[in-house]
Amino acid sequence: MSRPAHRRPEYHKINKDLFVLTYGALVAQLCKDYEKDEDVNQYLDKMGYGIGTRLVEDFLARSCVGRCHSYSEIIDIIAQVAFKMYLGITPSVTCNNSSKNEFSLILDKNPLVEFVEELPAGRSSLCYCNLLCGIIRGALEMVHLAADVTFLQDRLKGDSVTEIGITFLKKQDEKKYRRKK
Amino acid sequence: MADTVLFEFLHTEMVAELWAHDPDPDPGPGVSAGLRGEEAGATKGQKMSLSVLEGMGFRVGQALGERLPRETLAFREELDVLKFLCKDLWVAVFQKQMDSLRTNHQGTYVLQDNSFPLLLPMASGLQYLEEAPKFLAFTCGLLRGALYTLGIESVVTASVAALPVCKFQVVIPKS
Repeated sequence: MSRPAHRRPEYHKINKDLFVLTYGALVAQLCKDYEKDEDVNQYLDKMGYGIGTRLVEDFLARSCVGRCHSYSEIIDIIAQVAFKMYLGITPSVTCNNSSKNEFSLILDKNPLVEFVEELPAGRSSLCYCNLLCGIIRGALEMVHLAADVTFLQDRLKGDSVTEIGITFLKKQDEKKYRRKK
Repeated sequence: MADTVLFEFLHTEMVAELWAHDPDPDPGPGVSAGLRGEEAGATKGQKMSLSVLEGMGFRVGQALGERLPRETLAFREELDVLKFLCKDLWVAVFQKQMDSLRTNHQGTYVLQDNSFPLLLPMASGLQYLEEAPKFLAFTCGLLRGALYTLGIESVVTASVAALPVCKFQVVIPKS
């Protein structure tokens, strides 16, 4: 049975490149609009957050994962199912503290930077992939988990690996719904 | 393998930024720009506009054009290039072919997509008709960029009569 046209490997690659290239164009545009790296980083995080809040529904619909009972289960699902599904990579997971609420995802390969050799001149604090942090944060918040998500290491900045740190925060005190006198 | 949904979400987010920060182009006689305390979006750095989206699409279209299989670059006629966009490029990017291609054989082409994937999730019919152009700007640039890589300079515009049907008009000036 011959392959239908849209399954040709070249098209698959073009499709994959579309997101990566669009992301690159977005970062380039933001660098034009904002002088400070922190502003670009913040903006990328904010956009990622918006994407994450919707992506999580898409993820849950496609993956049919069951309820998680611990933070480390959730992190495993993010690394082994979500990253695999959307970016085709499986970061490795480490737990950074004994209270089991701080984790790291170590990205060996990162498709987002496929066409990026180095950060632009004068942009040494740019977190090129900050969209990812926002996406993870937004997605977790939609399942009622507050977390800080940041890049701890970044190959583009000269570190040996790219590492995303995820710290689950204590849940908000639910007493805010108490009736006022 | 980046799923297509990632691109669609990213595109939606980019357009949403345009919506959120688009200053009222005509505030009316009673409203002074000073009330907003800043120049229309400029100091906040939010300059997403239709032309910016189109420009980003152009860059991406150029880059995609460079990644196309080599044999596609040897076209005999302009019409072949447009057919290629309607079939191969559209399939690669949107997993479907363009639904129709018309031309006056004098440099103007109208490409019609009856279920444009970036409009599909929004609505069908006349709801959100005003917002539709924001969702087409990037793709217009994409077409223009791909054409550019294939050696053709063009002007690409889009129009929507009813979602999710849209028409892309490609005008190639005769030199």
